[in-house]
Formats: sequence, structure tokens, C-alpha cells
Amino acid sequence: MSTPTHLSIGDRLSFDLGAPGRRALQIPQPDVPEAPPLPVGIARARPARLPELSQVELVRYFHALSQLNYGVDSGFYPLGSCTMKYNPKINDEVAALPGFAHQHPLQPDGSAQGTLAVLHALQRALCELTGMTAAALSPFAGAQGEFAGMLVIKAYHAARGEGERRRKVLVPDSAHGTNPATAAMCGYEVTSVPSDADGNIDLDALSALADETVAALMLTMPTTLGLFDPRIDRITATLHQHGIQIYGDGANLNAIVGRARLGDMGFDVVHTNLHKTFSTPHGGGGPGAGPILVKDHMAPFLPAPVVVEDGGRYSMHTPVQSIGRLGAFQGNVGVLIRAYTYIRALGLEGLRSVSENAVINANYIRVRLSGMYRLPYDRPCMHEVVFSGSWQKARHGVRTIDIAKRLIDYGFHPPTTYFPLIVDEALMIEPTESESREGLDAFCEAMLRIAAEAEAEPETVRGAPHTAPLRRLDEALAARRPVLRWTPEPETNR
Amino acid sequence: MSVPDTLRYTNEHEWVRLDADDTGVIGITAHAQDQLGDIVFVELPAPGDRVTQFEKFGEVESVKAVSDLFSPVSGEVVEVNAALTDQPELVNGSPYEKGWLLRLRLSDTAELDKLMSAPDYDRFVQEELGD
Amino acid sequence: MTLQHPYIPNTDADRAAMLQRIGVATAADLFADVPAAHRDPAIALEPALTEEEMAAAFAALAARNDHAGAILSFLGAGAEQHYVPSVVRHVLSRSEFATAYTPYQPEISQGTLQTAFEFQSMACELLGMDVANTGMYDGASALAEGCLMAVSITGRRRIAVLDSVHPNYVEVVRTYASGHGHPVDVLPSAHPVLTAEHACLVAQQPSFLGTLADMRALEGIVHGAGALYVVAAGAFSLGMVEPPGAYGADIAVAEGQPFGVPLAYGGPYIGVFTCRQNFVRQMPGRIVGRTRDLDGRTGYVLTLQTREQHIRREHATSNICTAEQLIALAVTVYLASIGPQGLREAAEGCYRSAHYAAGRIAALPGYRLASDAPFFNEIAVRCPLPPARLNAHLLTHGIIGGLDVSDRLPNGLLLCFTEMHRKADIDRLADALASAGGAA
Repeated sequence: MSTPTHLSIGDRLSFDLGAPGRRALQIPQPDVPEAPPLPVGIARARPARLPELSQVELVRYFHALSQLNYGVDSGFYPLGSCTMKYNPKINDEVAALPGFAHQHPLQPDGSAQGTLAVLHALQRALCELTGMTAAALSPFAGAQGEFAGMLVIKAYHAARGEGERRRKVLVPDSAHGTNPATAAMCGYEVTSVPSDADGNIDLDALSALADETVAALMLTMPTTLGLFDPRIDRITATLHQHGIQIYGDGANLNAIVGRARLGDMGFDVVHTNLHKTFSTPHGGGGPGAGPILVKDHMAPFLPAPVVVEDGGRYSMHTPVQSIGRLGAFQGNVGVLIRAYTYIRALGLEGLRSVSENAVINANYIRVRLSGMYRLPYDRPCMHEVVFSGSWQKARHGVRTIDIAKRLIDYGFHPPTTYFPLIVDEALMIEPTESESREGLDAFCEAMLRIAAEAEAEPETVRGAPHTAPLRRLDEALAARRPVLRWTPEPETNR
Repeated sequence: MSVPDTLRYTNEHEWVRLDADDTGVIGITAHAQDQLGDIVFVELPAPGDRVTQFEKFGEVESVKAVSDLFSPVSGEVVEVNAALTDQPELVNGSPYEKGWLLRLRLSDTAELDKLMSAPDYDRFVQEELGD
Repeated sequence: MTLQHPYIPNTDADRAAMLQRIGVATAADLFADVPAAHRDPAIALEPALTEEEMAAAFAALAARNDHAGAILSFLGAGAEQHYVPSVVRHVLSRSEFATAYTPYQPEISQGTLQTAFEFQSMACELLGMDVANTGMYDGASALAEGCLMAVSITGRRRIAVLDSVHPNYVEVVRTYASGHGHPVDVLPSAHPVLTAEHACLVAQQPSFLGTLADMRALEGIVHGAGALYVVAAGAFSLGMVEPPGAYGADIAVAEGQPFGVPLAYGGPYIGVFTCRQNFVRQMPGRIVGRTRDLDGRTGYVLTLQTREQHIRREHATSNICTAEQLIALAVTVYLASIGPQGLREAAEGCYRSAHYAAGRIAALPGYRLASDAPFFNEIAVRCPLPPARLNAHLLTHGIIGGLDVSDRLPNGLLLCFTEMHRKADIDRLADALASAGGAA
């Protein structure tokens, strides 16, 4: 390891900048009398150490950090399964309207009719778009939506006296890790279902596993391979014969929004990721929102609260056999408002155009790159396409991570790598509808050049990125000698 | 990849070395550490705990994977390699020496007969790689 | 002609060229795997609006709400109105932060990663704890995850919660515990008795009704029973009140909303999550650590990821992935901007407002404080008439009153005061309460 040539911004946190006594905000002097001090033992003995910066230092520091980030507004962000589409700016402006932004969550319903009207309309729109009949908007993210949805299924079985018997949840081997993690959080035993050679669920294996000990199948459709299983009706019908409920992971809704509905195909509960299909900004890891939509037989168990309407008046309501609350209040309302704004901006025709363009864009990439990158499932894809870097690895010792890092040098955010787990050296590309044909061409040309580089100058690819703010980071060092917080004497990883 | 002659091996890529005092030292093989990549954490039982042949006794973590560790023999843990707490990378750099995991008091030395010899293990690895 | 929407760049000509390259005649061919019976169902959505139309429509909806930005409000109970500095909004509007995904590619995500590291550092400083993650959904879900973590650390099943904890927080703990059927016992704050089956005891400081206690007393009880001490702390109180780390907490959480995050009718907020060093590998959520790049420069990465769902799947510590990173940034900028002195001053502003209000209200005929315990910025008041009627009366005076807590305290009203309340505001509240009391 070479010695550092200069201090990077990473060595100087906001804690290390400024000087004692500096401040970026003035607090108004209280105009009420002094109060008696807190008792010893309750009063804080040692204040928290926090940065002391002037406002200009603070703005420059965070501005400099922002320049080290890459967002959808920076360029193409084809991160598979994440649906990194354009985040319309009007959505943020609407959510920031004082009537929405400064409303206390415990205000009486009568003083919140504007917000409740928006939430009620969003519930209806999401039900329409998924073919379901009841909604709960409170889950904070997709994973919490899964948790809520699986608890709803658990409560449904319990109410029918089948809670003890149904101990298992089926999860395809291509599934996102949240599915098995969620089933485990709900106390279920997870059984993995293999995929077949076409990338579909293995029907024979599934039928063999389907019996009265199974509570649910958790299924992403289209699958995490970006493929739609044409036998979906058979899958859901087979499982329903055994009373098994079908949970739909809505992560890939962007492929079919406005064109097909999981509810029509026999799904009983689905969640949607509003920070994917419905354009709310991902924020570098949230906030998101993961509303769940259910059929009538599941509605009594929905998490609290849901919004109901009666004679033009809206109120919050706890369903009779609710699984309970998921958070202190009613969810990420600011995100919900943005999502509804997006739905209003598109309407049905616009949303149909979203899925159409998302699917055309992904297939265009599939066709342009196949031949240079291995396509494990060579058939039309939906909104995303999964390649494998296995040729490059075997022939030139260039791995998928190298290809991903090299894309950074060409100005693109890398695709999702090493997922789904069933594809060796997976490269999962999701262009979304937001990218233009020229943008896709530029990306594909970069991918083809990297394939050529892997052959001619593999070291260049393996050493990438060369132009990013930092070169590759030592993740092993970070995990072996964890330094997880600032301390006054900068701790190094030894 | 080296496969020392003096050790016995499992098909889960652990090794055991029987010492003169009837204790055994166990670890993972050079091939195993190579497959795992940079090892960042090793979770092991405490002295006094009992382990059972071919059953899970701990975990080894790389940056993006977790693997279960299976004991080649049954016995009582008499010593844990404390150096791995601060330097889990010893398993990568020295899998048969400084990167050992546990010292056990064996409950049944006959169990060693169920393990592979070095040439057998070497063949086993070559076959796995060939797949 | 298909609709040419502003959010979608490709034109009919682009699509035609692309379909030709793909080798299909129409886009519908690409949807051939969707069973024909399910293609293009009737869907009833409201008609699309232009941006200009939307701005007007949503402004009209927002105007139907009463809110703390326009009229006086004394609601708290887990969400508080504090001043949001302009720099917080400014930094959050940087789309490099707002439109990025989770920092899977650290070379082009140092903005998110470094600010997350600072967030963890500030969380540890405020709560007096060893380690923090990058944040959970909100304070209540952070508490629930803390309880599940205590279960997995201790191998015990029962979760104990003091009856002075926010009822909504207790409900969320129950929801999370229901997955595995872990029993949740609500214990009397005065004499909590733990058994060898209890994984943890949950306490809240300040309590739901605003009171402060010397939390050291509980530590012996909890650890004596071999359980973990889990604390939900009031974020703003930490400017004046001892942090959980100072009284032996093993896991400490807080709702981060008071630090620069708008009320927004309940979210997005952020759950601050901290614990003792030796439990770091049982923590849920994402963690950022410091490391070096190939040239030896300092940088930050997601670390200890083997705890998480994408690697450990059904054995993960939690299923959480997307949480509240942008809100963590808001909290980080807020705390960097207010600084140690500002936090102390703002906390004192809350404290003095609440104490002035307590004095004024307790002096009104028919009103008295529910407790003589010390408090920070919330007080429970016993009123001469039902709080629902009082709140309706206050609203006619342009005041959003307090939270009706008559289910646990006869005619109880929970009021919250912050540094934003001036003497005149509190006098207005007291006068309005007096006129209502007189009406009774």
C-alpha cells in the first residue's frame, strides 16, 4: 500500500473542522423566566461532543460531500431490481407545502382532511393498479411491507384455526434476501423452491412441496431474473387448492404497471415499493414506502391505521383484527404524497407508457449486449435483463465486479452485481423508462468496449475505477478492524 | 494448494492434527480459505464447550459470505486461538499454522478413521474444482 | 401517436427503431409471457394532470389542513415542532444525496457514506453509547427491533415494557414480537419485577407523560435479572438530560425527528439505534465503517454486512434494508449546524417554556399537573372537562391543543413545549384554557 499523498476529505469530518465557539444557527433567547435546574443524577453531566462550524463552513463541507455522490440526476443508474427512475421535482414541492409538511401526526382527523383525502385516493389508486381491494399505506419500506403482509397471512391462517399447522413458507431460490428474512421474522420455516432451466419456478418441485403445512409462497413477478412466468395461473391455482396464500413482492411492478395486475392472477397480498415504481427519491437508502394491498379476505387483518371515507369525510381507522401498528404514527406520509403526485402526473396512459418503455429499453440492452456477455436465460425479458460475467471471468480473469467498476470510468452507475444468487457473476441491468435511446446506446457501447478491454488489457478493467473520487476501498479491512464512529483522536484501522 | 500429510480432513474442508498429549488442533484448509476470500471474522465456541464430529461449531465470515464450520472430531474445547479476534486474516495467511481455530480434548480417537488422508482430500478437491 | 410524457424521453420513432433492433413487431410482443386473459385490464384512475394543474390541485388540498406552521400547536407525544434551519433543507435538496441509491458502490457514494458515518458518531455522542447503525424507520420500530435483538442475544423469549412507555411504541413492540409469538409484559413503573425468562426491560426517558426519573435505579433490577436494559430516549432532552449510556443501557434508541425533520403528519422520520460495543454483530440495519482505498486514502464503506438479509437471508438479524438515509442526513446537518452550545440552548428553551407553562396552567382554577416529578418539555395536566371538548374549544381560538390521554389519566391532556413557543404563545394557551374551564 502506498503512502497517502494528501489528506482526503474522509480524514476531515465536520467534527474536525471549525473551532470551539463557532455556530451555524442562533437560538432565540427565551423570554420566559428561568426554571429550576434538573436534579443531579438526571441532569446531563457531560455534553455531547458535536461539530462547531460557522454556516459557510458547514455548507461548503456538505456541498463538497455531495460532489462525491452519484444520483439519478447525475446520469444513467441501471441498478437492477431498484428501478432508479427519474424523480420528478414537482413531487418534492408538493410534499413540502406547509399544509402537508407541518402537520402533526396526532392532529384530529377533522383538521387533516386534505392529507387524508390524498392518502385515501392513493389507497384506491394502488388497489386499482394491483387488482386488490384494500390497502394499508403505513409500511415504511418494502421490507416492512413484506413483514406486515406476512403477518396478515399468519393472522388469517390463525383466525381459521390453521395457525399451528401451517409452519412453512416457500421462497424461490432466485428471491431477494428480504423474502426469507421476512418469513423468518414471522416465525416461519423457510423452504427454498428451485428454478428451472428457463428461469421459471420449477413446477414439479413446487407441487411436491405444496401441502397443508405451508402458509404462503412469496413470489416476485416478474421474477428477479426479469422474466415473467407464463404459468402463473397454474402456480397460484395449485397452491390455493391447499389453502396456501400467495404473497407478491412488488419490487418489479414497473414491468407491468397499468398493463397487468397481480391481483388478477391469484395473488392474495402484495406490497409495492413507492421509491421504485412510483418515483419517490431513494435518498441514498431511504425514505421509502411499502404499502400493502390485499384481497377482501385479508382486509380485517391489515396493519393500523388505514384511511376510510364516509360521506366525504375521511378518518383513520384500525381494522377489526389488525396485526397492529408498524410505527409510532401513520407511515412515511411525505413519501406517500410524492407517489400520489406521480400517479396524477401520469394517469393510466402515462403509466402504461412507463411499463412499455421500461420493457423495450431492457430488451434493447439485451439484444445489443448478447453475444459479448453471456445471457443465462436467452428469452425476451421484462423490465430488466440479467447477464453473467462468467465468460470474462473464465477467459480473462476479469470478474463482474471489475466490469461494474470500469463502468464508473465511463460515467455510468454500475448495474446490480452478484444478484440473483443463482446466476454466476450476475450483472443485472434495469434501465427504466427514464433513459433515452441515445443514453442506452452510450451505455451499451461502454459495455462492449469493456468486454474488448477485458480481452486486450484486463489490468485496466481490474484496476478500475481510475477516475472516481476514490479507488477501490478495502472492505476486508473495514470489517476486520471496525471503526464505526468519530473519536477526538482519529482512530485508524491499525 | 498445499495439503499437509500429517493432517486428516473432512469433506467440509476442515483439518485436524492429533498431538502427543491426545489433544487435537483443528482449522480450515488452504483450499477453503482461498474459496472464502478475505476472512474478516471467526465465531468460535468457548473453552469448556463440547463439539461433535461433523456438526456445526462456529462460523467464518468473509466480506460478503458466511460459512458454517463443522468439527472433524468430537471433544471438549480446551483452547481457542485468541489471535483471530484481532487478526482473522491469519486464517488466510497461515491456515495450517497461525490460523488454527480450536484445540480439543478428543473424546474418541477412532473418529479419525472417518476422515480423509491428505492424498484423498487432494483428490476430493480436484474433483470439486473439476465440476 | 402515443402520449409523449415529459418524464419519458423516447418517441414513437425511437421505439420503432428499437423494436426493429430487438426483432419484434410491436411492444405487445414483449409482454407475450403475461397470460392473455390478464393483459390490459380495465383500470380506473383519475385523469392525468399537467404540472401546472397539479400545483394548484395539491395546494388546494394542503390548504384544507390545519397545521403547526400556521397556527399554534402544543402536540408532542413522539413528534415535536422545532425550528428546521435553512441549511438542512438546502443540503437535503442536493439531488446527489436525494437521488442516489444505497451506497453499494463506495467509490461514487462517499457523500452518503461519510455523512452516515457522521450520523453514527453523533448518535453515539448524544446517547452516550458505543456504536450506532445508519438508522431505522422511526423511533418505535427501532425500539421493537431492539427488543428482538435482546431476545436473540439472551436466548430468552419474554419482553418486558414499563407502563410509562408511549402506548404506540408498546403496540409496535407487540407487532414485531408477534412474528415469533414472544410474550410482551407491561410492568408497573413503580415496581417492575423481572423473571429469568425476560430478555429485556424497556424504559422511556422522559416517560410518555413527560416525567423524568433517575434511571440508574432500574439498571440494577434489569442486570440483576440477567436481562438487557433497553431505553427509548427523548432526542431533544439529551441536550440537558443524562444519556442512556450514563445509566447502563445496553441498547438505546430515539426518534430523530426533533432534529431538523418536519412533522409531515408522521413521516419520514428516523429511528436512532445504538448499543454497547459487544453487541455490534447482533445489530439490525446498515453500518458504515472507515477504511482506505488502494492509494491509502481514507474512505467509508458499508460494513459488517454478513448480519444482513442479502447475505444471511433467513438467518439475518432483521429484514430491514431501505431505511431513512436522507433523514439521517437531515439529523446530521441539523446537529452540525446547532452544535453543542446551540443544542444546550435549544433544550433549555424547551425546558423553560414547559416550566413557565406548567406554572401558568397549574394556577388556573380546575387545572393541576398530574405529577410532581421533574420534567423536560411535556406535561400531563388534569383538566376540569374532557380533553376532547377542550381541544375543540382551543381550535376555535386558533390553537391545536394537546393529546387526549384521558384513557390513562382522568381528563388528562398531554402538552408539549419547544424553543419555538414564546411567552405570548403560552399565555394565549393558558388564557384559552381558562376561558374553557370557566365555560365548564
